[in-house]
Amino acid sequence: MAADGFSVMARDDMQSIVDRAIKASVADNVTVVVTSSATGNTRFAANQLSTSGDISDTSVVVEAAFGPKHATVTGNDLSDDGLRQMVARAESLAKLSPDDPEAMPPLGAQQYTPVPAWFESTATLTAGDRAKAALTALQPARKATDITAAGFIVTGAQAVLTCNKAGLSAFHRSTSANYTLTVRTVDGTGSGWAAADNKDWSAIDFASVADRAVHKAQLARSPVAVEPGRYTVILEPQAVGDLVQLLAFGLNARLADEGRSPFAKTGGGNKIGEAIAAPAVTLFSDPLDPTLLSSPFDGDGYPLSRQVWIEKGVLQQLAYTRFWAKKQGKPFVGNPFGGGRFGFGGAAIKLAGGTMSTDEMIQSTDRGILVTRLWYLRQVDPRTLLFTGLTRDGTFLIEHGKVTHSVRNFRFNESPLFLLNNTEALGPAVRLAGTEIGGDCVMPTIKAHDFNFTSLSDAV
Amino acid sequence: MTDRRDFLKQSATLAAWVAVQDPRMRVLQAAGLELAGDPAAIRALLMAALNAAKMAGASYADVRVQRKSQNAVFTREHQVLNVVDADTIGCGVRVLVDGTWGFAATRVLTPDGVAAAAARAVSIAKANRVARADAVQLTPTAAYADVTWNGPFTTDPFTVPIEQKVDLLLRANAEALKVPTVQFVTSGLLFVKEERHFASTEGSFIQQTVVRSYPTMQVTAVSADHSDFQNRSNIAAPMARGWEYIVAQDVVGHAGQWAEQAAEKLKAKPVEVGRYDLVLHPSHLWLTIHESIAHPTELDRARGYEANFAGTSFVAPPEKMLGALKYGPEFMNIQGDRSQEGGMSTIGYDDEGVKPDTFLIIKHGVLDDYQTTREQANWLKWWYDKTGRPTRSHGCSYADGWANVQFQRMPNVSLLPGEKDIGWDDLIAATDRGIAIMGDGSFSIDQQRYNAQFGGQLFYEIRGGKIVGMLKDVAYQIRTPDFWNSMQMIGGKKSYEMFGAFNDGKGQPPQSNAVSHGSVPTKFAQVNVINTGRKG
Repeated sequence: MAADGFSVMARDDMQSIVDRAIKASVADNVTVVVTSSATGNTRFAANQLSTSGDISDTSVVVEAAFGPKHATVTGNDLSDDGLRQMVARAESLAKLSPDDPEAMPPLGAQQYTPVPAWFESTATLTAGDRAKAALTALQPARKATDITAAGFIVTGAQAVLTCNKAGLSAFHRSTSANYTLTVRTVDGTGSGWAAADNKDWSAIDFASVADRAVHKAQLARSPVAVEPGRYTVILEPQAVGDLVQLLAFGLNARLADEGRSPFAKTGGGNKIGEAIAAPAVTLFSDPLDPTLLSSPFDGDGYPLSRQVWIEKGVLQQLAYTRFWAKKQGKPFVGNPFGGGRFGFGGAAIKLAGGTMSTDEMIQSTDRGILVTRLWYLRQVDPRTLLFTGLTRDGTFLIEHGKVTHSVRNFRFNESPLFLLNNTEALGPAVRLAGTEIGGDCVMPTIKAHDFNFTSLSDAV
Repeated sequence: MTDRRDFLKQSATLAAWVAVQDPRMRVLQAAGLELAGDPAAIRALLMAALNAAKMAGASYADVRVQRKSQNAVFTREHQVLNVVDADTIGCGVRVLVDGTWGFAATRVLTPDGVAAAAARAVSIAKANRVARADAVQLTPTAAYADVTWNGPFTTDPFTVPIEQKVDLLLRANAEALKVPTVQFVTSGLLFVKEERHFASTEGSFIQQTVVRSYPTMQVTAVSADHSDFQNRSNIAAPMARGWEYIVAQDVVGHAGQWAEQAAEKLKAKPVEVGRYDLVLHPSHLWLTIHESIAHPTELDRARGYEANFAGTSFVAPPEKMLGALKYGPEFMNIQGDRSQEGGMSTIGYDDEGVKPDTFLIIKHGVLDDYQTTREQANWLKWWYDKTGRPTRSHGCSYADGWANVQFQRMPNVSLLPGEKDIGWDDLIAATDRGIAIMGDGSFSIDQQRYNAQFGGQLFYEIRGGKIVGMLKDVAYQIRTPDFWNSMQMIGGKKSYEMFGAFNDGKGQPPQSNAVSHGSVPTKFAQVNVINTGRKG
């Protein structure tokens, strides 16, 4: 640990926190999750750097359980006294809680396949490195005089250690580097966006991101209005991820079994084994996929492995909690979609890519809309996973195999299920720089028919 | 049921015993972490950070030691899902060096720890100098040398025993489950307490405590053949009040009615698409105000500072909009304030030591001001000079805890009542063909705040001035300026109510704040309504 505390704790130091907390406990079981992080960020807008900061924290989650009673306490006071207080509070709350009929026995020791998600090039970055990276967009934008750049560079290093009295000990550390850039034309009629994300800072090509965003902003200038309606769309990977990643939270076995999900069958039961998407669609999670490199365990510390959710259009399985799997007599394979107790954000998921290039998709389209990304997605109807939202930062009309106009942004009302049903072709899958819900996400470009645009927006 | 009551009775005794016997519990429940209960020690830390920042070359610095405590209980049907207590404390230091910002935050609350953060913030500011253009200039503010401000709660929810919270929720769930088609209920209680300590190199030292409380419930009715299900949720507003507010909501007494509404939605008529007059209740309209007025009048958005994420604003550039943009009819007045009692943005001093004022954002239908911080108020000096007002920050600086840098966040933004003493029923009586909407549902708006779509919780068909039945699958789409200019009638003072957002996101890295929006029932003419019930 660096002298000023602005770096991630070593595993031994994290283990000593766990040991002290477990030693202080009298509960039947106690689970301790230590998360240590150091992040740095740099923002710029209106062609200049605005704010920038470094943040470091180590927090501890203590879950105490007496038989089927349990409670959780979180804090960041790591002194002996602070940890003792946390454990005592968790134990007193657990004793006062009613029995949880769904409580599961603690997990014992597990086997994990380590995921190589830590890159020293990212962990050792400074504010100066970030400022230099920002200049790769700021300098050309200032020079051009007719565009303004706004962007965000955020890097982080994080380590998680999850242990309990029954022998569970799960450790994972990872780094992250994320860059998003919006370029707007000074006349206010064009906006373009580009981004990059990698666990390895040195793999991010900042100049290329700037080129793409500037090019897109210039192409997007002076959009024309096109009637809303059902269109063939070519959604770039970010737009696909914005909508399709939301499907992960719908892949919930319990909601389907309880009759309140699109995967519930009329008359009871769920749709596992049924074709729910086009034959080209295969959706899976896999911590070891080199484009994902996601956590090797879920929020409860259960090992995660490759799981296929939709294969060639057929629903293969739904995500269970340990309790629901036991109750339904199903095998439990971990839950990568936030199913654990200890706060797991986002959903690590990949939609397998195809071979068609975006240019080929455009050439094969008589009339359609090319979409850069989607924005402000909110669920409208849980029965169909219908979401509304808007296109943003580069929306174009395709006519007779060519991009002919920048068009005004659309509002859509669409479900990722309908999109995957109407999918005609897929491009290579690429890692996204974050969706509205976060998490490691890898998606291809998709060409699909009958995407439902319901109104126009004046927004640029 | 008897078993559970017995358990709760015993556990109440146990809670009292634990609290008395265990000195650590007393510390935690009364004053929190030892440092958090020791203002002198915190003051020494704040001073250590300020000194280190000045020594390293900062021309200005402010430092915040903040503790955020959260308590939550989540239930479903007859069981408790989880009981969670979360507590975080740390220190954030913000500095200006040669007109450039730097920020660093640490959980190491020792004089050395906060001094290291201050030095790091200065080094970041120096590294950033190469990429900034215009030097930051702060609008002057008074210094508040030793002031304290506390929110209006009477019972601190963190002192209420957990079994009392559990009992309330499980009784409410049981009431809801008495309705035949209601098969699922989730409910929860969320409490936040923020203890904030602020000091600046300009001589302020400010201590503040805020408590927020939020009762949640979602009731789900499922049709017998599993072909449909309907939710009723977003019922009680979150408020910056204490346990007394939760008690006053009487969720047990109301749960049956909410469950009946969920069941009734199964039988509701799907809406026919078209244009309708809308009568919107304050439990719904708050969110429309939030999205289509409060966000676009944030000055940082209007100036492009949020372009990469939250977006810009159609209310831009300020030079062309102030005094000119007709947002709505003459009787439309939108106020920004951080003083309404119970409002979630209400505070004594903002996160850069400014005492907020109450101001009109829209006056008689015309844009009159933006939400500002000290850095931003100078940008509007020309307008304040022109209209004979002092150039001052409106006190809209806010940071989500110690680990985030403060920036512009919204005050309570509210639609002020009309002069006529009319209310909900009068607006319905004045509507020939329309839809009345209560409660907030799905919401989505573009990055310049023009095109929005809002759902709701309860939709009622109005014919000939009367409610004739329930509708479902309703959402309306608007273009913001057209929508507000179609406002025809608003309720009077007696019909004013406040609702709000417990977690509103903005910024990179994303920060969350809490904010309230007051309004009166309001009637809009000929709004575009769509049907959201799609089968494929």
